[in-house]
Amino acid sequence: MAEPLLSLSGVNTKIGRYHILHGVDFAVPKGGITMLLGRNGAGKTTTLRTIMGLWRAAEGSIRFEGTDLARLSTPEIARLGIAYVPENMGIFADLTVRENLVLATRERAPDPRRLQWIFGLFPALEKFYALAAGALSGGQKQMLSIARAIIEPRKLMLVDEPTKGLAPSIIRNMIAAFRELKRTETTILLVEQNFMFAESLGDGVAVMDDGKIRHTGAMQALAADRDLQQRLLGLHLDAHQ
Amino acid sequence: MTTMPAARSATAAPPAIKRDWLPILLVPALAAAALPLVGSFPGWLTLTVAGLAMGMMIFIMASGLTLVFGLMDVLNFGHGVFISIGAFAVTLIVLPLATLVQADSVLMNVAVLLLCAVVAMVLTGALGWAFERAIVRPVYGQHLKQILVTMGGMIVAEQLIHVLWGADPISVPPPEAFRGSVLIGEAAIERYRILAVAVGLAVFAAMLLVLNRTKIGLLIRAGVENGEMVEALGYRIRRLFVGVFVAGSALAGLGGVMWAFYRQTLTPGMGMEVMVLIFIVIIVGGLGSVGGCFLGSLLVALVANYTGFLAPKVALGSNILLMVLILMWRPQGLYPVAKR
Ligand SMILES: Nc1ncnc2c1ncn2[C@@H]1O[C@H](COP(=O)(O)OP(=O)(O)OP(=O)(O)O)[C@@H](O)[C@H]1O
Ligand SMILES: [Mg+2]
Repeated sequence: MAEPLLSLSGVNTKIGRYHILHGVDFAVPKGGITMLLGRNGAGKTTTLRTIMGLWRAAEGSIRFEGTDLARLSTPEIARLGIAYVPENMGIFADLTVRENLVLATRERAPDPRRLQWIFGLFPALEKFYALAAGALSGGQKQMLSIARAIIEPRKLMLVDEPTKGLAPSIIRNMIAAFRELKRTETTILLVEQNFMFAESLGDGVAVMDDGKIRHTGAMQALAADRDLQQRLLGLHLDAHQ
Repeated sequence: MTTMPAARSATAAPPAIKRDWLPILLVPALAAAALPLVGSFPGWLTLTVAGLAMGMMIFIMASGLTLVFGLMDVLNFGHGVFISIGAFAVTLIVLPLATLVQADSVLMNVAVLLLCAVVAMVLTGALGWAFERAIVRPVYGQHLKQILVTMGGMIVAEQLIHVLWGADPISVPPPEAFRGSVLIGEAAIERYRILAVAVGLAVFAAMLLVLNRTKIGLLIRAGVENGEMVEALGYRIRRLFVGVFVAGSALAGLGGVMWAFYRQTLTPGMGMEVMVLIFIVIIVGGLGSVGGCFLGSLLVALVANYTGFLAPKVALGSNILLMVLILMWRPQGLYPVAKR
């Protein structure tokens, strides 16, 4: 098998006195979407933040294309080609939509063709391009946060619960957008609670609980196995739509 | 790259555009309210221009401090050092070039002033860089230590000024062209105050330009709001912070020059003395907000001038009262900065 794009082994993360991740092991192959699932408080956000260098791994290694991320600072990690869409979206409310995108661009200015492509995915961003991002709705902020991550081609995108608190119609928009992203070169590691969303997009899946990985495999296999879902995620049948 | 249809509903509701004008209206409202109390129009005009001039100088001195706090949560109680050093830097120019100061040529007078500004800003900027490295960097994220260490740095620097310039007050009259007053109607307006208003407006405009129209400026504003996300986009916030610290120190130095010619007497503690007003200003304005700092400076200085005339006995407490009233209205200051 080819070398994975990203692999974590034995990652331990402590936040202050709390030991949150207890030896996380999993790999993200190049291409497609790998889902990271788990109950509330399982450690999904902490895992993404540790990859991004926002929390320091106390132990273990995080290899990305042969580089150990655990030694690098957050800006250095970002500049290797890793984009982060945090759980709280992290948009700059005081800046306009345009300015948010300009800051996410490392070239002098956003590429107009790529910008048009993004506007095709998220028309609201074109409409409110000159508006303060703080005035956007929750769904539009999420779109902006994703747009920032794709304004230039990146190798890996870390996305934390992009459907959180969104209306079903906007979730459908998100699914369509991620389908489109899957056709690009970018590899995506996506944290989700919405199983329907995960099922319709995921290629591979890792499930975590209590700061450890409990299961890895193909998304399809997990989607087909109700017992396994029940055991790993505590899902009930009525959670499926 | 292909495009695809997207859910229209996401574009449906146009977000409300909200511009917050209320704090801006406070300044003319305050001035208008003072007019009947003062009674005479010329007297009111003199007081108002004096207040605006003082406000602009406080703004120049305070603007860097509010960004330093906004960007890295650093409480720099030593900021007054840069004001004092800036003020004393004036002696390096004014004493050797006394003939230019006295010269009957506006050009020469302006040249002296510019030279003072450049020398003071280079000196305080360099000092700011060293201060950040040696004193502030070791205590990132530790508020109590920041207060103690930066105050310590301030005391040491004040003693240094004592040693270098002596303990006696030094007199520094402004260049000839900026002495005396002009008559506007019945009101006598000091020339130097008009200059201070002009310089303050220029600094404010330049800051707005940088903050709104350059990438560095956008990064500063973004960093004040969410430094972690700025780092996740690939920028080193510490480097940005050092830049802001140096620029803020240089501005404090410029403010010190303006303040020196305004007071016309130099004392080593002059920077420390204005720090109380400066802290009131940045709290009133909203920590991290340059616009708020500007309005806060004008409000604080106008209130000080009006009450100084109307009721000198309560003048000292009036700014504390102003701060309490504004914080009762907006607990985070006039323009609260959205934090993560
Ligand atoms: N800043 C923090 N300080 C202390 N504990 C924290 C902190 N952040 C997270 N934790 C704890 O770490 C554990 C994992 O949190 P994390 O946010 O990674 O979970 P998650 O899987 O993302 O959950 P959710 O689905 O609710 O977002 C939780 O028990 C949480 O309480
Ligand atoms: Mg989470």
